[in-house]
Amino acid sequence: MSPWLAAARAVGAEIAARHADDVDVRARFPGEALAALKDRKLLGILVPESAGGPGAGIADVVSVCHELGQHCASTAMIYAMHQIQTACIVQHAGQDPWLRTFLKRLAEDQLLLASATSEAGVGGDVRSSICALTERRGRFSLVKQAPVISYGEESDAILVTARRTPQSPASDQVIVVVPRAGVEFQPQETWNTLGMRGTCSKGHRLTVEGEMAQVIPVPYADVSSQTMLPVSHLVWSALWLGIASDALGRARAFVRAEVKTSSGESPPGGGRLAGAAIELQTMKSNLITCLRAYEAAIGSADRLSAISFAVAMNNLKLASSQSVVKIVGEAMLICGLAGYRIDSRFSVGRHLRDAHSAAVMVNNDRIIANNATLALALRDDRELLA
Amino acid sequence: MSSPLKVRIRSVLKSAGCLQNGLEVIGDDADLHAAGLTSHATVSLMLALEEAFDIEFPDRLLRRRTFSSIDAIAEALGEIGVRDEAT
Ligand SMILES: Cc1cc2nc3c(=O)[nH]c(=O)nc-3n(C[C@H](O)[C@H](O)[C@H](O)COP(=O)(O)OP(=O)(O)OC[C@H]3O[C@@H](n4cnc5c(N)ncnc54)[C@H](O)[C@@H]3O)c2cc1C
Repeated sequence: MSPWLAAARAVGAEIAARHADDVDVRARFPGEALAALKDRKLLGILVPESAGGPGAGIADVVSVCHELGQHCASTAMIYAMHQIQTACIVQHAGQDPWLRTFLKRLAEDQLLLASATSEAGVGGDVRSSICALTERRGRFSLVKQAPVISYGEESDAILVTARRTPQSPASDQVIVVVPRAGVEFQPQETWNTLGMRGTCSKGHRLTVEGEMAQVIPVPYADVSSQTMLPVSHLVWSALWLGIASDALGRARAFVRAEVKTSSGESPPGGGRLAGAAIELQTMKSNLITCLRAYEAAIGSADRLSAISFAVAMNNLKLASSQSVVKIVGEAMLICGLAGYRIDSRFSVGRHLRDAHSAAVMVNNDRIIANNATLALALRDDRELLA
Repeated sequence: MSSPLKVRIRSVLKSAGCLQNGLEVIGDDADLHAAGLTSHATVSLMLALEEAFDIEFPDRLLRRRTFSSIDAIAEALGEIGVRDEAT
């Protein structure tokens, strides 16, 4: 086990799990767990050694998300979203001195990064922006109507997408790194949702200022297709797998307890438990396969921007987001009333509500529509082990 | 003067309606994505090029860079045997 995974397990089991219900009930930021993740320096693990970090890989982050997902899905999602932003800077900062220095600070001070990619007026189509950077003497300013920014007010910096210039078409976007001091939040919408309540994903009117050096030097289209999309789908799927595993773990504990009290007869939930294990195995295999595909492609812009790669990564998100709901639903049926109750140790109510966020977090219908276009360009995959 | 191949590519771009604003002002080396070519439009463009040149792009060319400029498209077409001549 990597030292990062061991640390995440300790934070998850001892801290995140303890506060998970309170975080959920009060829809509050999981401050205890995030402070512990900072203490154990888990926020900066992706920062390469050349910028003063430990240079962990995406597999390490995926394992941490999977671990945290088993204890508190909101904590896991916050950690996952933070690492998506970090990965974008690590992969695309190039030699930009401002961004290199920022990465150093991220590792040293364990900065927490948030994101404002969604925008009112374009829905979940994050590859279009309405707002635009206005440049003046090496500085920029920007106003964005952001319908959902998770833990914005708790973050140390935020990555914002916008059109490159006020004249640029909607799809010609850049992404800019803005430390907290350069952001003014005007809260506009509360976050009172079914699940993922601890992410505190409120709506804001953002007023942002900074130096042009804070703009990631490659088009957002490339950052999105080569890093943000695949990494998002990997880390999300990992934490959804964590939710599913924990729910199924509760179901297994329930069935075991039944066996013990029923003098060895096979319990009614046994078959269903075996069935759900198939779905969990498929979910896990898909994640690992896609993780390996990403690791093999990393560093090659060509491989990362291939249509077949994009489709595979979208399929991962579509499949995992459906599986997690299915598996948690099965766990509830296996536990019966004990699973349906919210006050029993077999309760999977929070899991079920958290799981349902997966399909709306960048709506599956939208992703399917994208895949429907990309599928036209796909070629048959004739060789099994190619 | 643009080559005959690039003139043909331009006419495919125009009839496929991939770009909202003036194709006339876009140079052969200009970034089509910056000019508003979305990923959706890239796939339509790919299909239109396959139809117009009666070719099929191999898997290795199915990436964003292939369609990033008129020059890049011409190069890709050259690679799969389309000759630069008037028809
Ligand atoms: C827990 C959570 C945390 C989030 N955190 C952040 C964050 O920190 N920063 C951020 O920027 N965003 C965040 N988001 C927002 C997310 O990225 C998406 O933008 C958002 O979930 C999409 O919202 P929507 O359903 O209103 O919009 P849409 O995607 O527009 O969907 C609305 C409806 O339109 C339909 N629809 C839309 N387009 C199509 C299409 N092309 N084809 C078919 N149907 C379509 C959908 O089916 C859906 O019914 C978060 C979301 C969640 C759930």
